[in-house]
Amino acid sequence: MPIHEEHLIRPENLKTHENLVIDGIDVSGHWSTFIESRVLTNYNEQMEEEIAALPGGEFIHRCWQCGSCTNSCTVNAVNPEFNPRYWIYLIRTGMESELLRDKDIIWQCVSCNKCTYACPRDVAPEGVMKATAHWLELKGHTPKSPSTHFDEVFSEQVIQTGKIEEGRIIRSFFARTKQELMQDWLVEMVKRLVSKLPVTMLMRMGLANVLRPRTKNWGAARDAITEYVDEQNAAHRKALKLDDLVEMAKSEVKPGQAPAE
Amino acid sequence: MSSKAKEYKKVAYYPGCALEGTGHAYNRSTKELGKALGLELDEVKNWNCCGAMEVKNIDPKVQTYLSSRVMSIAANEMGHDVVMAPCNGCYHNLKKAEYDLKNDDASKQVVERISKKAGHQTYESGQVETIHALDWIKDGIGEEGLKERVKSSLKDLKIANYYGCMYTRPRHIFPEKDQGEGSDSTSEPHFMDDLLAAAGAENVDFPLKTACCGGAHTLSDSDTSTLLVSNILEAAESAGAEVIATECPTCHSGLEMHQVRAEKRFGRKTNVKIVYFTQLLGMALGLSAKKVGVHENISDSRALLKEKGIA
Repeated sequence: MPIHEEHLIRPENLKTHENLVIDGIDVSGHWSTFIESRVLTNYNEQMEEEIAALPGGEFIHRCWQCGSCTNSCTVNAVNPEFNPRYWIYLIRTGMESELLRDKDIIWQCVSCNKCTYACPRDVAPEGVMKATAHWLELKGHTPKSPSTHFDEVFSEQVIQTGKIEEGRIIRSFFARTKQELMQDWLVEMVKRLVSKLPVTMLMRMGLANVLRPRTKNWGAARDAITEYVDEQNAAHRKALKLDDLVEMAKSEVKPGQAPAE
Repeated sequence: MSSKAKEYKKVAYYPGCALEGTGHAYNRSTKELGKALGLELDEVKNWNCCGAMEVKNIDPKVQTYLSSRVMSIAANEMGHDVVMAPCNGCYHNLKKAEYDLKNDDASKQVVERISKKAGHQTYESGQVETIHALDWIKDGIGEEGLKERVKSSLKDLKIANYYGCMYTRPRHIFPEKDQGEGSDSTSEPHFMDDLLAAAGAENVDFPLKTACCGGAHTLSDSDTSTLLVSNILEAAESAGAEVIATECPTCHSGLEMHQVRAEKRFGRKTNVKIVYFTQLLGMALGLSAKKVGVHENISDSRALLKEKGIA
């Protein structure tokens, strides 16, 4: 059975009636359990095009559904619900409601590139996973994932200074995702490390924290990258018609009623 | 001797951000190894970050630009035609940029536009060859050359060679691999195995050579990373390894971090030690453990190396 038909037998679609008579026939009780019939009408015909407009999603149309991606997938091996082949199928057939059932795990792709290595059609499924996760966030289906927060913290530092400093990345990431910095295992790791290091080296590490490493004369590159990234973000918003959605939401606010903050 | 031996005698060196932070021991052991082997490293001037695993998720073409700038400086300002990057992430990104600039006009246009505004010469594909530290030793010195120089053999040391993801995948950005004899394989890489064997080590049969450590989500999805790392560590131990040799700072610190985390959070304790291949080769050439920064590793291998008569 194709996976998308599985939901016909999901618990919420099984109906057992205590007292039901249809055309004079008693269909009560467990022996007369029904499976609700289903007619799909809510196809999202734009979904594939929108995901293809985001970086990484460009080649989704090439997919032949051979399953090499899922077969080779690192995350699938530890969580069978993580199924790139199936998601590509849902996106291409417009079955948005089915895709949304898995919306909270799609971001977990670890970019190991085993799928891209295995794919006979150069779909670059790793890119499609990133584009899909990005699409879910832009459309408001999911909040920003921890991975997106990490990408943003990291990229902002690179674009600003040309380089990164790991300590600063870790602190900014924990702050942005509202996590405790003093994780038991991080503390243990630092303890094991520090016990062996000479004082001069610890001073050097401390200094790197204060004097941020940076690429000299980076300003012009920073401005050129920022200008390009802003243009791309505007193009993505346009492709996903996000500004139209905002306008629609505004027009639905009744006169005299304060828009929800 | 390899035809590349002369070419690799002096190369542009791109350490990257990790080697100035958590991967400091990899940086110092690579430099010491170069000195001991008479291979000269000329650090790329005023380099920038390659974008690692993150910038591509904001925009892949910005990542292409970042790598192209490093290659442009090496080629146009320093006159090099080989760039050596010991970090798998940097190595992968420079290779990917090279591929995209050769095959994708849109990437080329973006790189041209940003380079012009940033005020430096645009990198043209083909100006440099990007190599990994493994290629550098394998083709610059070779196994025979190493054997002649070994002073403190790694004999009796059982090693699992771990290459991770970015050294071999995806295949198309590494056109020189899978070319038969003398080239590395993307499905079963062996350059590190070859070098350590030449230094006397006993390589164990390790099935997870190119498995993923979850490095991209090491902090954002720590439980998945811990699970993936535990699988790697336990597989190495059951293959009989005492040491996992690494050739990437992200893999290395991922294995070290999640070894601690697996023990703390899930009670999965492993004893296998994690050591950079440059540290192992350096010690085999007679450099002290201190000189190659073994004390900077979180995973403490000093007692084991002493017991084996290596350090």
